[in-house]
Amino acid sequence: MPELRAVTATVAALALAAPVLAGCGDTGKATSGEGAGTLSVFAAASLTEPFTALARTFESTHPGVKVRFNFAGSSTLARQITQGAPVDVFAAASPATMRPVVDAGRVPGGRTAVFARNRLVIAVPKDGPARVRSLGDLAGPGLKVVLCARQVPCGAAAVKSLDAAGVRVRPVSQEQDVKAVLTKVRMGEADAGLVYRSDAGSAAAQVRGIEFPEAAKAINDYPIAALSEAPQPRLAADFVRLVQSGQGRAALTQAGFEAP
Amino acid sequence: MTAGGRAAGHVAVRPPLILLLPALLGLAFLVLPLAGLLVRAPWSTLGTRLAEPQVLEALRLSLVTATLATVVCLLLGVPLAWVLARVPFPGARLVRALVTVPLVLPPVVGGVALLLVLGRRGLVGQWLDSAFGITLPFTTAGVVLAETFVAMPFLVISVEGALRAADPRYEEAAATLGAGRWTIFRRVTLPLVAPGIAAGAVLCWARALGEFGATITFAGNFPGRTQTMPLAVYLALETDPQAAIVLSLVLLAVSVLVLAALRDRWVNSP
Repeated sequence: MPELRAVTATVAALALAAPVLAGCGDTGKATSGEGAGTLSVFAAASLTEPFTALARTFESTHPGVKVRFNFAGSSTLARQITQGAPVDVFAAASPATMRPVVDAGRVPGGRTAVFARNRLVIAVPKDGPARVRSLGDLAGPGLKVVLCARQVPCGAAAVKSLDAAGVRVRPVSQEQDVKAVLTKVRMGEADAGLVYRSDAGSAAAQVRGIEFPEAAKAINDYPIAALSEAPQPRLAADFVRLVQSGQGRAALTQAGFEAP
Repeated sequence: MTAGGRAAGHVAVRPPLILLLPALLGLAFLVLPLAGLLVRAPWSTLGTRLAEPQVLEALRLSLVTATLATVVCLLLGVPLAWVLARVPFPGARLVRALVTVPLVLPPVVGGVALLLVLGRRGLVGQWLDSAFGITLPFTTAGVVLAETFVAMPFLVISVEGALRAADPRYEEAAATLGAGRWTIFRRVTLPLVAPGIAAGAVLCWARALGEFGATITFAGNFPGRTQTMPLAVYLALETDPQAAIVLSLVLLAVSVLVLAALRDRWVNSP
């Protein structure tokens, strides 16, 4: 899509330059020894905690290897990859955001694997008034609710579960990503928000996550793929295997994700 | 420009290549991305896309909030600039530095800072909430505040510079003629630095129009209430890059028009 390229060229050029340059510097000096080098992983922002933990494991079993992450919104990452960023592994927060990368021929054989699932919970400030117990309560008058904008995966999931429950919510804000929703709840500016269970878990000190049955209607699948033209194809395959292993599953479950 | 300036300009007709080349590269770097927007814009569907209510709403909100923010900046920033330029006090250097901090601060940090002070649980905000029932986040007023925070330094710097450059003898003459301090400020100082104030206000307005980080952090994103053009561009990019180009074009056109029309007039003329 030429338009897509045009936008990325102008908007993401600077964002791209940093990791690319960083990558160049590192591969340059990491030529010592078998399998050494820098593994470049682009991953959805919600994977920050478990993937950072897994990277430490990976680095300890692959001496001399450094895992370098680019955590951001999945669609932003997909744009950077289709734009030609030298990436080894891509883990997206939804199949829809993985698709452009597959369509661009960056996934060998188009084979992606779902390695985790995430469901929405209602996040409320821990010290806030306990007026919210179910999804229906979000429609209550005077309640400040924030949701993700429907353009981003968590917003699409929120719309789906609210529709499934037949609840009409008027949010005070439609945030640009799930972490922004979490921040507003965390700081007590919002009375409630819909975030992934993993996000609520990462802020367990300030935020309480309330599960609701309608979340089952909008479960998010997280696909992962080792990319073609990867600078480190063998390391890429190893990292994908680690994420799918029992160890990877444990890290993800601990962070609030579900096994596929 | 003076005659001397023109003579110097004559010599510079043949600029050394070592200066010209990086100058041209610099210009290309700044202008090419903007040209990219023009080249890739979906011109055939531009009209219908611009007429979409969401676009008009975001544009209207942007124009209104940027203008209100500029008014607030004028009301607070001109007196601030006057104090900085005319009143010697200990710690003036530090205050001047603090005033310009929002220029270099990442706007998101500005938004967080605003939340911590003016948010519902903020230092001042919780009192506003309990005493008057006023909460600022997620409101249009919140957008104006975020834009004011980021844009005011532009005004203060311009006005302070103008005040320092203004000849103090006019004010002294007015004083010897028996004019009060307020009268002097109103009738002598203000007209004297009016071009500086206008230039500052234009820059301030343009900066407020483009504000993104502090706005989305402090005021959130809700169409018609807090979704300004930059926020609309960011979200459009997630799903509809063509729409993002269209929105960017509008923002670009408005900014360039205003800067070209007013900045030349006020900044370049003495």
